[in-house]
Amino acid sequence: MAQTRPKPPLPYRMRDIVLPGDAACPGCPIPMAWKVLAAVFRDKMILVIPACCSSVVVGAYPGNSIKASVVHVAFASAAAVASGIAEALKKRGVNDVQVIAWAGDGGTADIGMASLSGAAERNHDMIYIMYDNEAYMNTGIQRSSSTPFGAWTTTTPIIGKTEHKKDVARIMIAHGVPYVATASIAYPHDFYAKLQKARRIRGFKFIHLHAPCPTGWRFDPKYTVEIAKLAVETGLWILYEYYDGKIHLSGPSRPYMDPAKRKPVEEYLKLQGRFKKMTPEKIEEIKKYAEMYWDWIKRHM
Amino acid sequence: MAGQDLIIEPIKYRVPLSRPEKGVAGKTGFWRTEKPVVDKEKCVKCWLCEIYCPVDVIRVEPETGPTIDYDYCKGCGVCSNVCPSGAITMVPEE
Repeated sequence: MAQTRPKPPLPYRMRDIVLPGDAACPGCPIPMAWKVLAAVFRDKMILVIPACCSSVVVGAYPGNSIKASVVHVAFASAAAVASGIAEALKKRGVNDVQVIAWAGDGGTADIGMASLSGAAERNHDMIYIMYDNEAYMNTGIQRSSSTPFGAWTTTTPIIGKTEHKKDVARIMIAHGVPYVATASIAYPHDFYAKLQKARRIRGFKFIHLHAPCPTGWRFDPKYTVEIAKLAVETGLWILYEYYDGKIHLSGPSRPYMDPAKRKPVEEYLKLQGRFKKMTPEKIEEIKKYAEMYWDWIKRHM
Repeated sequence: MAGQDLIIEPIKYRVPLSRPEKGVAGKTGFWRTEKPVVDKEKCVKCWLCEIYCPVDVIRVEPETGPTIDYDYCKGCGVCSNVCPSGAITMVPEE
């Protein structure tokens, strides 16, 4: 495993915001990502969380497992509520608090798409983070439009999903917002740098975060980081930023522009129980789709 | 529960706000089946276990090395998987 060399300030700054004893499954990627958010904003953030795993992770009434303001909202309205809060803060002259809409792939790509599109069009000053665990994990692993091709879910039980993943980052680029990025929980320093950049930009910022779910993807909890890393190393997940009308490839993904340097896709698939029934033709289809994605990146760099 | 008053005093003037606290889901250390044990001789103090720990129970100090709060550690094993020097091993819980 190639290791990213950590820079010392990050661990000290990420301490004591995400409190121990939350209700997440062992190996959950959500608190890992929150720790990076904490390193950037400390407690100066307002998280707007629709119905998703995260609303369970922060816990029920008397307690709250994250030392920041959390607003629980209905499924479709994360971006709408966050834009309201952002405007209210602007009217009151509060500049040091960041509004963050934190939604899953169901609350972004399927149910929350309308309010997300509206907030992006109005260009409110907020960060929208979509943590992508590629199914409705909270309600029992149902297929979402962000589930990849061939993956098993409880609603695609026999042959797996027959459609490809919806690429929300590209939809957001088409909205013409000032900043769009993809990130992965396996590269916290890359995610940290992207959040720092997003913090300095006024307007709508969108970050698509890849987050492997041990329960729904059917793997041992200890492989969470390894699988997120393999997704980048096999070229199936590409880390990039979009600003000034151009795609800027991020450091961890740069070597994998050359297909010869990528690891075989099978290595990523065989660790996960949800890809147990993959046939060689389906693996070819996944490779073809990844290659198409890379072509799109190369054309817009 | 029938016939019993669930709400003793009305919450007319109080807003039911959650406050940050440790252990929202109880002592999550009880969930653990395997326990991470650190070999401080092998540790190179790279902070990777602290960065990736999903429950934020690992603290790495440059002088003393990593310490783990076993009250809340869920035993997921992410720390042992990311450790570059193999200093953390998962030991089955008695």
